[in-house]
Amino acid sequence: MSTPAPLFTYLLRLGDDNLVLGQQLGALLSRMPELEADIAVANVCLDHLGQARNFLTYAAEVEGAGRDEDQLAMLRDERGFRNAVLMEQPNGDFARTMARQLFVDAYQVPLYEGLSRSTDDRLAGIAEKAAKEARYHLRHSGTWVVRLGDGTAESHCRMQAAIDALWPFTGDLFAADEVEASLVAEGVAVDPASIRPAFDATVGDVLAQAGLRLPEDPYQRIGGRQGLHTELLGHLLPEMQSLYRANPGVEW
Amino acid sequence: MNDLNDRTTTTTAAPVGGYPLWEVFVRARRGLNHVHAGSVHAPDADTALQHARDVYTRRAEGVSVWVVPSAAIVASDPDARDDWFEGSKPYRHPTFYTIPDEVGHL
Amino acid sequence: MEQSTFTTATTDGPTPAERFDQLIAAGEKIEPRDWMPEAYRRTMIRQIAQHAHSEVIGQQPEGNWITRAPSLRRKAILVAKVQDEAGHGLYLYSACETLGISRDELNELLHQGRQKYSSIFNYPTLSWADVGAIGWLVDGAAIANQVALTRTSYGPYARAMVRICKEESFHQRQGFEIMMTLARGSEAQRDMAQDALNRWWWPSLAMLGPPDEQSTHTEQSMQWGIKVETNDEIRQKFVDQTVPQAQFLGLTLPDPALAWNEERGHWDFGEIDWDAFWEVVRGNGPCNRERLAHKVKAWEDGAWVREAALAHAAKQDGRGLAATA
Repeated sequence: MSTPAPLFTYLLRLGDDNLVLGQQLGALLSRMPELEADIAVANVCLDHLGQARNFLTYAAEVEGAGRDEDQLAMLRDERGFRNAVLMEQPNGDFARTMARQLFVDAYQVPLYEGLSRSTDDRLAGIAEKAAKEARYHLRHSGTWVVRLGDGTAESHCRMQAAIDALWPFTGDLFAADEVEASLVAEGVAVDPASIRPAFDATVGDVLAQAGLRLPEDPYQRIGGRQGLHTELLGHLLPEMQSLYRANPGVEW
Repeated sequence: MNDLNDRTTTTTAAPVGGYPLWEVFVRARRGLNHVHAGSVHAPDADTALQHARDVYTRRAEGVSVWVVPSAAIVASDPDARDDWFEGSKPYRHPTFYTIPDEVGHL
Repeated sequence: MEQSTFTTATTDGPTPAERFDQLIAAGEKIEPRDWMPEAYRRTMIRQIAQHAHSEVIGQQPEGNWITRAPSLRRKAILVAKVQDEAGHGLYLYSACETLGISRDELNELLHQGRQKYSSIFNYPTLSWADVGAIGWLVDGAAIANQVALTRTSYGPYARAMVRICKEESFHQRQGFEIMMTLARGSEAQRDMAQDALNRWWWPSLAMLGPPDEQSTHTEQSMQWGIKVETNDEIRQKFVDQTVPQAQFLGLTLPDPALAWNEERGHWDFGEIDWDAFWEVVRGNGPCNRERLAHKVKAWEDGAWVREAALAHAAKQDGRGLAATA
């Protein structure tokens, strides 16, 4: 089997991050603390699904094997998914959902801002729109993390527990390999290391306002970019793919 | 959809123990006024603004949003409606005046 | 809300009740701070709240398929649609709140089973085609009802209906598109579509409410301009518009009595099983308990979040005061 083109893999990583996250957020509709919060989470979900579709459609074109976004989404197994392991961590309570969102948003804002200057015009165009969405998402998640961190004793405990639980999955967002290396050299991709300071600053700022701390344990769980996921993804994907796979080759 | 100046009583403004109510105004495009669009419940101004954006601009209906605490609105008395808004002064309207056609547009 | 003080007492002009009747007779809207008969207010609250609850509970049956939608395009459309339902619930709660009741109170009444939501949402969504059938039939029936309600006499309700109708036209179209794709698809897909139609057709007719001769609220509601068309009129309109759509799809409506009546210029249709309808209304439909339990759980799970947000806001106010002191 030949090695896929780096751009294809890179686009899968971008697409799968958003697909897996969008899939999780979609399960939250009608389950939020207020009607307004249901509507807000649906907006965030739709943005991530839209980004996923843009990246995966482009990935399919780059691959040139006649696949489309749905075949990429529905016919790959967990070993073939390239999302960071943070995305597949469960929704949990509202604090977990917002902590996961904060980490994703703090990562995606500088990522997309960087990619909007990519030498690949198509990628730059997708990223420019996505950057606007990500900035709004960050405002949303940051707002909630601050409120929950500062609010009551219970909300503070839950929010701190969420940060502690999800922090070990953030390192995977920045785990680069040779795929990024070659694309960074061509000015196509963003070097994950270059956006780490922005991520740290954003997270630090929000947590400081919220009265929360990062855990001291340095342990990080990485591997998603190579398809080495946590066991959770193997439960999420079959649900997402069941109907598509049960009826091969038809239109929907 | 709540109309500005139309709240019945303060009972709707801040339900005990619940989120306060905020009135939402949306500017559809540049050059237009902000127009009352409806209301949201939210714990504070920041959240109210985000909710207003999320609820009332789902179809790109706006380029700017305002929120105002519903309780801050001062309204005229509906029972005094006739006294306040009688307003029949026909000489304030252009059609009151007869101008010969040959004068042209005026 | 504040008002200008020192109102002068007056004996001139119509009494509030006369004025209300005049407004109704003239086809004018009643606005929230107008005097209105207590029964009008109660009827309005009951009807708008039931409508709002229906939108909110209505997120569930379709939401059930979001994670399994068969394409990313369909997934996004479905999320947008379910989100609209939450939005429409919100518009309607807002309208209801102008009548002097808070959303929290309405929530509580729903959770205690003291206010209803539409019977239609107590049926399960058992296949993807159900998402299509709901959009096509349930939203179709709802739109038929809501279009009539844009002319209802209570201003805030009528305005909410205008906005909702405008937004909902996409709901029915996406549902029909799903059905059309399935009807033209594989045998399994056609079977799925027909099965969904079989299950949703009769509940969709019933959801428009009991027949006029049994409807306890119809007469007074028509008088007050709350209702502008009767349940049976709306139902006939819905049947007339849906039959040719089913024919276009090549699907069979599950009613052997369905026949064009040249004389009436309408489709005749069979007897609705009203006993089954009332069973569902009484709480014994297939999903009544799950739907309400889901709603209550979401609300209770969110209690600590709402408390935290209010606590933060109170602290911020305190900090603000301290800073300006």
